[in-house]
Amino acid sequence: MNKLSLVLKGIIKENPTFVLVLGMCPTLGTTTSASNGFGMGVATMAVLIMSNLVISLVKNLIPDKVRIPAFIVIIASFVTIIQMLMQAYVPALYASLGVFIPLIVVNCIILGRAEAFASKNSPVDSMLDGVGIGLGFTLSLTVIGAIRELLGNGSVFGFSFGISDYMPLVFVLAPGAFLVLGYLMALFNKFVKK
Amino acid sequence: MKSTLFNMVTVLFCITLVASAGVGAVNMITAEPIAASKQKAVEDAILAVLPAFEQSTAEEMTIDEMPITVHKAVNGNDLVGYAVETMTKSGFNGVIRLMVGFSPEGQVLNVNVLEQAETPGLGTKMCDEGNPLISSIKGKNLESMKLVDGRLAVRKDGGDVDALTAATISSRAYVDAVNRAYMAYKSVVDGTEPTDVSTGATKTQKGGNNE
Repeated sequence: MNKLSLVLKGIIKENPTFVLVLGMCPTLGTTTSASNGFGMGVATMAVLIMSNLVISLVKNLIPDKVRIPAFIVIIASFVTIIQMLMQAYVPALYASLGVFIPLIVVNCIILGRAEAFASKNSPVDSMLDGVGIGLGFTLSLTVIGAIRELLGNGSVFGFSFGISDYMPLVFVLAPGAFLVLGYLMALFNKFVKK
Repeated sequence: MKSTLFNMVTVLFCITLVASAGVGAVNMITAEPIAASKQKAVEDAILAVLPAFEQSTAEEMTIDEMPITVHKAVNGNDLVGYAVETMTKSGFNGVIRLMVGFSPEGQVLNVNVLEQAETPGLGTKMCDEGNPLISSIKGKNLESMKLVDGRLAVRKDGGDVDALTAATISSRAYVDAVNRAYMAYKSVVDGTEPTDVSTGATKTQKGGNNE
């Protein structure tokens, strides 16, 4: 498969949020604003690229029956290491993203890609798959976050339009997450996926 | 690869061994920078709520089973003020930790939010400059305000602190943390046990007032 199409398919044809419908828990929970969605997306992408690389490197050493526990241990170790490194060397970034990092362990996109792609493909292709899926996830979460923040709080990326008092707050709360995700998924599948 | 008992046990053992060694190694490398950056965050917060000072000493105490730290800031022999690191567990989502600055006379100088996970767009407004909560208490001595059962309270509960719009629970928690900061400040200044803002009755005697 062509390298560029490996990256692009993660954004459109196999978009993790709107097409594969993976990782719904962080999608619904963290997209209360555009910057939160973006942060969760970037943190997930970093873990996804690293875990895809390592799993594809060791795939021939792992017996089939214990591959899932093996993958989970590798993913959880990466998440913990990234969390500690961020906390130590980029505390400002950690302050805004810190709460999302432990959530990445239970994000089924990571395990899903390890199982469906990295355990069957070469290390380079697996990393590119991680980049593509990661970008797709980041873009989807940023768009959902931006729409929820705009409708619920009258701002985008924290930039306020001064209309927050007139906006329906429900979009920042849980019901708004389901509404926005549902409508975006329908629109995406109608116009983009084809 | 085909699974046998031997290779399954061996591979899982090796993976967990390498993973824990890796996490342990990174922990050893990062433990010091993490402690340093936490320390720096506290120092920055003290600077944000007090005027310039030369050095500070910390005194720790426990109120309502929560750790509170009072930082006393001095310029030579002159007292600049107290910065109280306070917290509450009654936030809408997790704990809220605040740094509250008091002048030597007991007025609230400023409040800095150290940690919170409130609803974005509602409770998070407590971090904004000049929000109603800060405006209600800034520059005031809490004892001169309207108290309910010896404690500061939001308007809805009969006090005179303006709450954040549509975030009463977050506002109550914020006020709760400020109350605790004042109790800690008072007990350090007077050298007594922590008590409510005005009554002088100790917390243990009153029992569960803030549940």
